Amino acid sequence: MKQLITFIRKEFLHVFRDRKTLLMLFGLPIAQIILFGFALSNEIKDSRIAIVDYSKDATTTQLISKIEASNYFDIQRTLATANDLNNAFKKGNIKMAIIFPANFGSDLTHTGNATLQVIADASDPNQATTITNYFNQIVADYNTSLAGSPSAAGTAGAATAQPMQIIPEMQMLYNPELRGAPNFVPGVMALVLMLVCTMMTSVSIVKEKELGTMEILLVSPFKPIYIIISKLAPNLIISIVNLFIILLLSYFFLDLPVKGSVLLLVTASTLFILTSLSIGLLLSINAKTQQAAMMGSLMGMMLPTMLLTGFLFPIENMPLPLQVFSNLVPSRWYFIIVKRVMLKGLGLTAVWKEILILSGMCLLLFAISLRKFKIRLQ
Amino acid sequence: MITLDHITKTYNKGQFTAVKDISFEVQPGELFGLIGPDGAGKTTLFRILTTLLLPDQGRAVVNNFDVVKDYAKIRSCVGYMPGRFSLYQDLTIEENLNFFATVFGTTIEENYDLVKDIYQQIEPFKDRRAGKLSGGMKQKLALCCALIHKPAVLFLDEPTTGVDVVSRKEFWDMLKRLKQEGITILVSTPYMDEANRCDRIALMQKGSILSIDTPDGIVKAFPEELYAVRSSQTHSLLREVRAYDGTDSCFAFGDSLHVTFKTGKSQDLLPYLKSKGQTDATIQPIEPGIEDCFIHLLKG
Repeated sequence: MKQLITFIRKEFLHVFRDRKTLLMLFGLPIAQIILFGFALSNEIKDSRIAIVDYSKDATTTQLISKIEASNYFDIQRTLATANDLNNAFKKGNIKMAIIFPANFGSDLTHTGNATLQVIADASDPNQATTITNYFNQIVADYNTSLAGSPSAAGTAGAATAQPMQIIPEMQMLYNPELRGAPNFVPGVMALVLMLVCTMMTSVSIVKEKELGTMEILLVSPFKPIYIIISKLAPNLIISIVNLFIILLLSYFFLDLPVKGSVLLLVTASTLFILTSLSIGLLLSINAKTQQAAMMGSLMGMMLPTMLLTGFLFPIENMPLPLQVFSNLVPSRWYFIIVKRVMLKGLGLTAVWKEILILSGMCLLLFAISLRKFKIRLQ
Repeated sequence: MITLDHITKTYNKGQFTAVKDISFEVQPGELFGLIGPDGAGKTTLFRILTTLLLPDQGRAVVNNFDVVKDYAKIRSCVGYMPGRFSLYQDLTIEENLNFFATVFGTTIEENYDLVKDIYQQIEPFKDRRAGKLSGGMKQKLALCCALIHKPAVLFLDEPTTGVDVVSRKEFWDMLKRLKQEGITILVSTPYMDEANRCDRIALMQKGSILSIDTPDGIVKAFPEELYAVRSSQTHSLLREVRAYDGTDSCFAFGDSLHVTFKTGKSQDLLPYLKSKGQTDATIQPIEPGIEDCFIHLLKG
């Protein structure tokens, strides 16, 4: 046990004496979060929109004036019919269109609810979500004011005990799934943890081989499992520190708190970190040089993590073979867990399957590494 | 203490034979040297004996443990210093020594007596990182680390390669003291002049042993008379002595040539050289060294 502690302390010394790497280890996640964070936290003002009003009654006039009053939108009045919209969207002249169907006002007063159509250009999902949210907010405010007014309550509300409602029907053009904005934080978490863990670990064992110190370690009573544990320990701790840095940054900086259980998130993250460490271990055991290990972890892990995790490109839209392959990428499952726990606030019941899959991967990878660890040269 | 029994090891699936049918024994407390140029198979032998490589054929025993079956037991009772400097460059002298002491389940204090002589020489720099040490100091530190657990057998693979002459001499003095402590030492070196510091040596070439004996025994076994030939024109001298039909072998050794002759032909060399314009050439009989023996064995 004392041997193990000494070994782990030695590993920490290696890490702390290599200032450049240390800076990269903690700089990378901070830089990523800030970069991605700014991209998603900026307000969007004066978005050009079109309003097509087939009803032209008091209600629509009131709503349109409310929309105008906000400084989020810039209404393009030249577009009068639904046919013009298609072209305007294609040219990128407008970001969103609102269509009031005929009889909007009378529907509202007679049946208690009315539908309007909202079409948004979601090729930039970030922007589309933001501006449709602005619009929803305006409609919601208007709904509240309707519910509060005595005339409305008298005509429809009293009879059915239901306030009048305007229901915007959203339609997202070009990217119906709306992948984007808040997805970045879980995505960055998956990417950063995966990269840091695999790269650091893959280099650490090859380094001993390259320097020749592995020869001495092997010709000692020190057990291989101890070597592996001591190599993983500092990386595990550094990665957990990184995790907390990311969570704190997203809380204070991006206004993105953990909605669900922090304990669950940290546990799942630790599991993911361990999985990534095992991948690094496996790379390390098979690689001959530090460079090979580095390239292996960069190319082998960065691309699949970026592409097949689902935070840049929706997996559902990929060809079937890639979809199947993406199941093997651990970050895919971790990404789902983080989204559910951190963004949606769901509990263990919503993510137990993914946690189980990650645990399986972790155990399998670790077992393979342990088996492949060579107790001799060659 | 160490027994090798027909050890053979090949690389690249049998295409390259590193050591071939090697057998020898090292007695307890002996300082045994493997002497030979690069590629002779010395490092392969060390790696087999330190359980880092499996032999293809034959068996080897170290401290009564089989190198294949009892590898774990061997690993805790031997000290090994690989040919390349293999300590942590970013740790200080003291940290390195402490680390290896702990890995072997001991402390510096416990075996301080054993390493004291060596460690005292580098102790003033104990807070310096190992990567910043000179070649000689690195070797002393590596030796300390290999010794710190008081091994029964010490394996030193080319410990003096890349080390200056003074440090080399000091290093061999240290080995002599360790031998007095009763530690069996197997050491390899490409420097023939270091062979005389060993109790017994094995001359190796291309994976085979040419001869095993004490340094004196090897020199005494040199069957011919050896002469040193000198002149001011060393370069052309070599060519002309080799062209002389009474010459059996001729090799350049520093500023002189070491020459053996066919029977009775040594007298006629100087007149021959004079006829070729080497007027100041001299010849004198000398005692052969290990290197002469090595070259002679290679020829045979």
